[in-house]
Amino acid sequence: MSASNSDTHAHAHGGNYFEAARGLKSWLITLDHKRIGVMYLFWVIAAFLFGGLLALGVRLELWAPGETIMSADTYNRFFTLHGLVMVFLFIIPGIPAALGNFVLPLQLGAKDVAFPRLNLLSFYIYVVGTCMALYSTIAGGVDTGWTFYTPYSATTGGSVVMMTLSAFILGFSSILTGLNFIVTVHKMRAPGMSWYRMPLLIWALYATSIIQVMATPVLGITLLLLAMERALGIGIFDPALGGDPVLFQHFFWFYSHPAVYIMILPGMGVVSELIATFSRKRIFGYRSIAFSSLAIAIISFLVWGHHMFVSGQSVYAGMIFSFLTFLVAIPSAIKVFNWTATLYQGSISMQTPMIWAFSFLILFTIGGLTGLFLGTLGTDVHLHDTYFVVAHFHYVMMGGTVMAFFGGVHYWWPKIFGRMYNEALAKISAVLVFVGFNVTFFTQFVLGTRGMPRRYYNYLPEFETLHKVSTMGVLIIGLGVTIMVLYLAKSLLSGEKAVANPWGAKTLEWTHAASPPVLHNFDETPVVEEPPYHYPAPGEESRPTKVPA
Amino acid sequence: MSTVVRHEHAHHFESAEQEFSAAKMGMWLFLVTEILLFSGIFVAYTVFKNLYPEMWSEASKQLDWKLGAVNTVVLITSSFTMAMAVRAAQTNERGENKGKIVGLLAATILLAGAFLVVKYFEYSHKLHVGTLPGEHYFFPGIQAANAHIFFGIYFLATGLHGIHVVIGMSILFWVLLRARKGHFYNQYYTPVELGGLYWHLVDLIWIYLFPLLYLV
Repeated sequence: MSASNSDTHAHAHGGNYFEAARGLKSWLITLDHKRIGVMYLFWVIAAFLFGGLLALGVRLELWAPGETIMSADTYNRFFTLHGLVMVFLFIIPGIPAALGNFVLPLQLGAKDVAFPRLNLLSFYIYVVGTCMALYSTIAGGVDTGWTFYTPYSATTGGSVVMMTLSAFILGFSSILTGLNFIVTVHKMRAPGMSWYRMPLLIWALYATSIIQVMATPVLGITLLLLAMERALGIGIFDPALGGDPVLFQHFFWFYSHPAVYIMILPGMGVVSELIATFSRKRIFGYRSIAFSSLAIAIISFLVWGHHMFVSGQSVYAGMIFSFLTFLVAIPSAIKVFNWTATLYQGSISMQTPMIWAFSFLILFTIGGLTGLFLGTLGTDVHLHDTYFVVAHFHYVMMGGTVMAFFGGVHYWWPKIFGRMYNEALAKISAVLVFVGFNVTFFTQFVLGTRGMPRRYYNYLPEFETLHKVSTMGVLIIGLGVTIMVLYLAKSLLSGEKAVANPWGAKTLEWTHAASPPVLHNFDETPVVEEPPYHYPAPGEESRPTKVPA
Repeated sequence: MSTVVRHEHAHHFESAEQEFSAAKMGMWLFLVTEILLFSGIFVAYTVFKNLYPEMWSEASKQLDWKLGAVNTVVLITSSFTMAMAVRAAQTNERGENKGKIVGLLAATILLAGAFLVVKYFEYSHKLHVGTLPGEHYFFPGIQAANAHIFFGIYFLATGLHGIHVVIGMSILFWVLLRARKGHFYNQYYTPVELGGLYWHLVDLIWIYLFPLLYLV
């Protein structure tokens, strides 16, 4: 980000990707995966802050029983929109489209993704989908919950059709990104970058992309059918017209359960990078982490029925789905054990990204284990649709994916923007979010086991204390996130310049590319000669990490 | 006439072969998503056929299988002309096959148009007699209840397929314009090949829709 260079060929001689072209237009029509990644990054962070404000509204309303700050109808719209924004606008594109877009070609040693124009197209489709979602909130709002269950969603007022079409459009963006990544991984690897030399983030993004490509079209047709149900009354999902509302649930969860792994797998990939780098150690069980990503992707298609234990599906189907749900725990646990084993005897440095990685490890483990409670048929009947479920998926989605996302943002920030941030403030922010998160959601496990149903506007007086504690937790998270936004903004304006490899990492984006990278990523195509995370083994002489001149 | 415009591969690829194989893999993955998009309709079809078997067979008899059969032949023929166009591009060395490529693409597009014309007559007949989806259904001739669901699925399936036919025609028209400029020869024919793959998929979906809707 040094002074502008009037030489139009500057990029060929070391100017970074910000300097390669200037002006708004050069961003709007860019085909550079790094710029597209940066644009995504700002959109998804904006979506996260917006979704967070909605969550704050929901929690403030639940401060006391009865009406506190908003009417019941407004409350229904708030929690619906919170879910939709967080799922479709933030978590799904969060790591793959923003960080993944930036990092994936760099880690593979490629100049770009396989289809740069398609990449830009999927960004614009995402922008259009976002605008449609915002429009539908102005034009009537949606109060169905993010799951759009029929027949309610086919009959309620508001702009459900616009919102479903928005999710339909956003799905296309997700499909195109996934397709692009799969082909990039297959076809664009640098010389010597064999499959088993790929960093684990790539394996995770590859598994994610498979789910995006295979599951999202089914969501597409589901939402199209729902829109038709509302527009023409075709009667497929409405029992009053001879339809089957449970069919909608099957369709919806056939996508939306795998989608949960679209959200968590990239987070697991990021955490693998962080743990290896900040333990200065070869990752333990590389192949089992890599294959467990694929195993999760495959099993994810076979467990959707565990959302429907009380929907009236057959008892035998319920038993099989319960069993298959337990299977998912195996590859997830394999990862957690391997990460822990990597930490063992590593020289751990507790820099900011690593604090986020530890938050992930703790919270994801709690989230994963409570998932088993819900996968068990008997306990699920008791816990179904209570705050226990809310707490469980927030531990996985926020405690897992969001922690990994912020860990990734802090890890790659110097690479993306070429600037460092205030390390002390960053640590305070990470700790505040971790504490606030537990205050908010651990309380909700307790609320759920005592019978507080999810999504309710009003509640019994006995739940009031716990609800107050939970709301206070959100305020702590809010404080932590506000601090983060401030020091990151300051870093952009006046942060200390970053060196090429501030963390001593071993993957190509750190060892072979400048911070920020040049337009075509590398001055010359890297040749890969060793496995990833090739830190010296204990007793071996330490080798200096290669740093570009 | 006997010249071709030489193709240069994009900067981020190492070679034209890498570019071609990446493009082809991307297209195949895209076709997978298309099949999964239609799979929802096929599942809904199966569920309701099992739920209301008598209604299903009664409603199915309202479709004109002769028109459906004509359209099947039209589409299969168009697949043949498409495959011939790809072959002509693959064997085009110095532009000697240009007229052949353009002609075969034009034939494919015309056959697709013929398919849509037949479809138009089928749809307007249904609009007239009232075999329509959901709340618009007013046909008196079916005894069993819930026939509106059959026609809902019929219109969704054929409508979505029809949209794909229109998209396919647009893609092939773009390929045709480029073929006229002499862009395709034995070293570079990616758009012809990929357009062809897409077109074969559009045909293939119809080949499933025809017996499922018209002949059961």
